[in-house]
Amino acid sequence: MAVLSYIDAITLAMKEEMERDERVFILGEDVGRKGGVFKATNGLYEQFGEDRVIDTPLAESAIAGVGIGAAMYGLRPIAEMQFADFIMPAVNQIVSEAAKVRYRSNNDWNCPMVIRAPFGGGVHGALYHSQSVEAVFANQPGLKIVIPSTPYDAKGLLKAAIRDDDPVLFFEHKRAYRLIKGEVPDDDYTIEIGKADVKREGDDITVITYGLGVHFALQAAERIEKDGISAHILDLRTIYPLDQEAIIEAAKKTGKVLLITEDTKEGSVMSEVAAIIAEYALFDLDAPIKRLAGPDVPAMPYAPTMEKFFMISPEKVEQAMRELAAF
Amino acid sequence: MTIQNITMPQLGESVTEGTIEKWLIKPGDQVKKYDALAEVQTDKVTAELPSSFTGTISELIAHEGDTIEVGKIVCTIEIEDAVVNPPTVTTHSKESSNEDQNTNTSNEKSMKTRYSPAVVRLASEHQIDLTQVEGSGASGRITRKDIQKIIETGNIPKATKQKVEQPNIATQQVIPEVKLTNHIETQPSSIGDIEIPVSGVRRAIAKNMVMSTQEIPHAWMMMEVDVTDLVSYRDSIKEDFKKKEGYNLTYFAFFVKAVSQALKEFPMMNSQWQGDKIIQKKDINLSIAVTTEDALYVPVIHHADDKSIKGIAKEVHELAIKVRSGKLKSEDMQGGTFTVNNTGSFGSVQSMGIINYPQAAILQIESIVKRPVIMNGGMFAARDMVNICLSIDHRILDGFVSGKFLARVKEILENISKDTTSIY
Repeated sequence: MAVLSYIDAITLAMKEEMERDERVFILGEDVGRKGGVFKATNGLYEQFGEDRVIDTPLAESAIAGVGIGAAMYGLRPIAEMQFADFIMPAVNQIVSEAAKVRYRSNNDWNCPMVIRAPFGGGVHGALYHSQSVEAVFANQPGLKIVIPSTPYDAKGLLKAAIRDDDPVLFFEHKRAYRLIKGEVPDDDYTIEIGKADVKREGDDITVITYGLGVHFALQAAERIEKDGISAHILDLRTIYPLDQEAIIEAAKKTGKVLLITEDTKEGSVMSEVAAIIAEYALFDLDAPIKRLAGPDVPAMPYAPTMEKFFMISPEKVEQAMRELAAF
Repeated sequence: MTIQNITMPQLGESVTEGTIEKWLIKPGDQVKKYDALAEVQTDKVTAELPSSFTGTISELIAHEGDTIEVGKIVCTIEIEDAVVNPPTVTTHSKESSNEDQNTNTSNEKSMKTRYSPAVVRLASEHQIDLTQVEGSGASGRITRKDIQKIIETGNIPKATKQKVEQPNIATQQVIPEVKLTNHIETQPSSIGDIEIPVSGVRRAIAKNMVMSTQEIPHAWMMMEVDVTDLVSYRDSIKEDFKKKEGYNLTYFAFFVKAVSQALKEFPMMNSQWQGDKIIQKKDINLSIAVTTEDALYVPVIHHADDKSIKGIAKEVHELAIKVRSGKLKSEDMQGGTFTVNNTGSFGSVQSMGIINYPQAAILQIESIVKRPVIMNGGMFAARDMVNICLSIDHRILDGFVSGKFLARVKEILENISKDTTSIY
């Protein structure tokens, strides 16, 4: 097994799927000759040629729209949004068309498309390069939203997304790209979309999170373990639709739940997770459900001090975990 | 003279590490602030690493070719004046917040009576008196773990005053005061013994049992019943029934039906002793015994003679759910005139029931077992056999009427089959 970075696992997943299935192709801004601004499609243009790795104009609505059309006609497009922040011009295509075509056509048509987009902050990217946009899409039945936290999950989930017969939004945390490394098997495996994963077993507090938050929580869990506090960590992996069973089980396990997202707090994915727990696990709760999230301000600031204030960090996570454990 | 650290800077978005391509200085070199110290390569750019200080290079910690995480030390530099800002690593906030919490828990108890839903649920399930529990949470709060620990150790603090919930078995008559224990041989309890205070339901059960055995002269009788046809009938429809109705079609429902039918023909069995008179009850209300882990409840199927086998099965199912979920109301337990007890569910083949005071009799339905039976014509056959055991109040009933009643129940049961009986 090779140790790969998060972004290399993503590149590998696309490469393997393009080799396996010639209907799979990539389109997006600078994905071809340049290999993507983050190098996520590095080497694919050289291997598969310009017909299967297509550089598009700066028009996100067209990237999504072309992908939807190709998908409905039987191809398997992987559309890249250079930054998740730039997905907004494509929202109408994604929400009104991709998400609904199967329902609207009574199963005659479907849209097997993946839209990949790097999201998240902590990289001095300021407001156009740091946002978390998942909550915008997380109440659109017909869509699936996947956010992997590890290289292993990234490869398995991206392959599953490409093979899925319906549209999948695949958000990749850009700070994780080269920060997170992990073992990735060489063989062809997929991970079922819609299933959360217990990343750590514990019995004092439960932490439910996704993306980079998983790593912050794991780091904090190691530190507080020295003081005898044992944390149970659930990685949502798919944030829409949510794995309700796993959420309820994890919440019941300790009765003290901390929900972490980098997104702004009000109306975030964690608001829904909190509602599920309140609805189904009230009589197992031992503390108010606690959320650690970004402040409700319009966007990630540029000044490093302000960015630090906005972002979740292992230190903030640790403090929140300690407070909950002491309650 | 102070030694300062030079760390790997962040050289772009998504960059988390850099590789030292080449050192441009060596230890002992004088450098000015912003002088280039090394060439650093990331997967996006190659850049020069500038010095943050003016001074003398003291040590190169990273070697050429090493990949260093952003923020980690690559070399150290000795600077002239000591007026530098020491690296401010903020760990104090964490420690101080911990201290706050510690002092909170040790002194102040404002959260002592703020109970979480989990704590309230566990305490009521195990009848734990929360006022006697010490909390380990913030400000003396009792945590779920505190309660779980108490339950595990079995050292449960109970309230001294306990409301006595009486399973209201008797309805028509004032129950005379009964002493539960006439003589108590106190034995010293040794280490490891568990003392269980007798209260609530347990106390009520004990009282009724003692009263019944002390006052009623019990007599017993048992008959064997061949229910082979009933078994094959029920087996042939039970899957379908479960699918359609959502609950099980139990044998017990057939037995209850047969008993209520026989009671109609022998009303004396459905009566009560009242000292100077005997009261024959008009309604046929069958008490059925339902047990939980630690208690016995006797809910009532009212007007059992009006109900079909399906109706009885449904009511038994609903009453059992009510008992197990603690939702049984006192009216569910009132008005019983005769008791049918499903002792077979424990695997019993013979038992002597204690009459449910002030009723006249109780019938125990034992397990159905396969046994060889000699049939007409001297042939052996494997038959489904069940014992039904009757306890009677000998003040009201004699062997003659009881025997006829029991024989009638047997006859009804042996004639239940697909052709003769509908469950609807």
